[in-house]
Amino acid sequence: MTTYKRKPTKAEVRRERLEEVVLYPLDWLEERSGLIGGIRYFLFRNVPSDINWMQTLGSAALTAFLVQAITGVILAMYYTPSAATDPHTGQPVAWESIDNITNHLTMGWLVRGMHKWGASVFIILMFLHMGRVFLFGAYKYPRELNWIVGVLILVMGLMEGFTGYLLPWDQTAYWASVVGINLNGTAPFLGPWLAQFLRSGQEISGETLTRFYSLHMLLIPGAIIGLITLHLYLVIRLGVTSPPWSKEAAGIEPSENGSGPLRPGLTRPVPRGAAAQADGGSK
Amino acid sequence: MEPEQPSPDTEQESLHEEAHLPPPTLWPIGFAIGIVLILVGLIINPELISSIGAVVAIVFGFLWFRDATAELRGEPVVVDPERRDLVQAGAGRTAPPADRQGVAPVNVPETTVTRSRFLEGATLGLGGLIGGLITIPVAGFAILPGFLGQKEHKVDLGPVSTFPLGKWFIATFVTDPVEGEVSRRTAFIRNNGVVTDPSTNQPTPSFTIISNRCAHLGCPVQANGPQGSLIGKSLKEHTANGPLELIPAIPAGYGCPCHGGQYDTEGNRTAGPPVRALDRYSFEINHGRLVLLSTYSVAKVVGTGAQAQIYKYKQYGPGQHVDGPEAWFYPLSPPMHG
Repeated sequence: MTTYKRKPTKAEVRRERLEEVVLYPLDWLEERSGLIGGIRYFLFRNVPSDINWMQTLGSAALTAFLVQAITGVILAMYYTPSAATDPHTGQPVAWESIDNITNHLTMGWLVRGMHKWGASVFIILMFLHMGRVFLFGAYKYPRELNWIVGVLILVMGLMEGFTGYLLPWDQTAYWASVVGINLNGTAPFLGPWLAQFLRSGQEISGETLTRFYSLHMLLIPGAIIGLITLHLYLVIRLGVTSPPWSKEAAGIEPSENGSGPLRPGLTRPVPRGAAAQADGGSK
Repeated sequence: MEPEQPSPDTEQESLHEEAHLPPPTLWPIGFAIGIVLILVGLIINPELISSIGAVVAIVFGFLWFRDATAELRGEPVVVDPERRDLVQAGAGRTAPPADRQGVAPVNVPETTVTRSRFLEGATLGLGGLIGGLITIPVAGFAILPGFLGQKEHKVDLGPVSTFPLGKWFIATFVTDPVEGEVSRRTAFIRNNGVVTDPSTNQPTPSFTIISNRCAHLGCPVQANGPQGSLIGKSLKEHTANGPLELIPAIPAGYGCPCHGGQYDTEGNRTAGPPVRALDRYSFEINHGRLVLLSTYSVAKVVGTGAQAQIYKYKQYGPGQHVDGPEAWFYPLSPPMHG
């Protein structure tokens, strides 16, 4: 509450009351969940001052994923994953529903286009982000685990591309999946089993389509969301790395007692050099 | 007893200051009863009961709103004093020191399972058991149907007499009418005439029936050479699996459009990435009609037509070796019917 030296004007009083009304629900939520503070901490945490534009590639990839998730949910409202033949037109039902989305439904062309081209954007941004992390050396101790989580997200993203490619159920989709699944089948020992699991049988059928649909829209996105959560948790916990040319990070010394800060849950002292690295983000 | 006792813990005190506990109130219950009356009234008597319900809901809703916003409007908040016996409420007791929290008292022997240990074990054990009981059938359902109960399809291709001796035909047919167009397959068929079966010494018809699935990654191989209306009329038949078209062809071999694999007319690989010869269909003659059965894999074919010596293997997926040291990589193949 602001203290006034003079008597507050009516407008000031009204403004103060309004602020209180706006803040009341936020305080209510904060008091019961701590969520407001958590979100503020996440959004407004400190990062190194010499941070680089290249370090926005990760959140760009996250945005691309969110676009895929949202457009995908909408597309699922109109798409039918059925290999059956429509008796009226003689065309497969799945292909017809894609045709309907693209050519007949209002703005269907736009949302499907966003999903189709956004898929490539997502993959490209993941690779660019990966390149940035590699060139900045941001995969080094203590962030190795986050590199591994990132690789898993990349693999899941590629699997999304593979399973999504079959869904239009046209000649390209069918034969690309034939080749892709058989390629998996040539892996030694378990390859043939993996291929048959993907096909749900020895030949591509309607069951393959529904299986790919389920994997594409439920299982793999769920896994990606979980992995992104872990990825972000580690980014927040470990902080953001300075660019490799950073003078600021180069000047940071471990704490006075010489062993570096002990992190809770760590059973051994952090090595001297690594402590500077680990702490670089939070300073 | 004094209802107010000064707490020695300042942290506790500041926490108490922070917490905005609303006083207990009965107004929400009255509000809920009003809503219920409205809904019940809608069924029984909308004019009377719903009106009463609306009045109740509005009155109690207003009282509840007034109560809930009392603090915001700057009215004094009435907090009920603690009414429990203070000893019962935990007054005077102190928490164990930080390093002793959750640690069993000293006089308990180490071998004894404490209550908390038991609960930890029970939670993990029961949780694992329940998880396993759910996961096993679900995972089985996700995986097994693709491996078990694979059907063998029989495809009727019409009377044997349809196929002139030594001529090639391209046949496309639906292997499973229930599955529909997605089960459409193509085979290259040549009638080799009648030969004497070496095992029974009976005369039996011989056919060369080559699957068009490339042995590289399963693309559709095409006949290299003139075909269709260039060289003759297509034969049309009606079979149990629907309409069937036999297109005449004079192949000099077969080629795959995807990655350039090439084969000779017997299906032997001549160039490109395929790892073996083209698969073939086994067949039977049923009441004078040619019936396709499952496919099998072929390493190579020596000779041609009825005299050909076929190096037969059970059905493997495209790209998988059936002979040579590379075949060691595929020791166990999933159940297949070709």
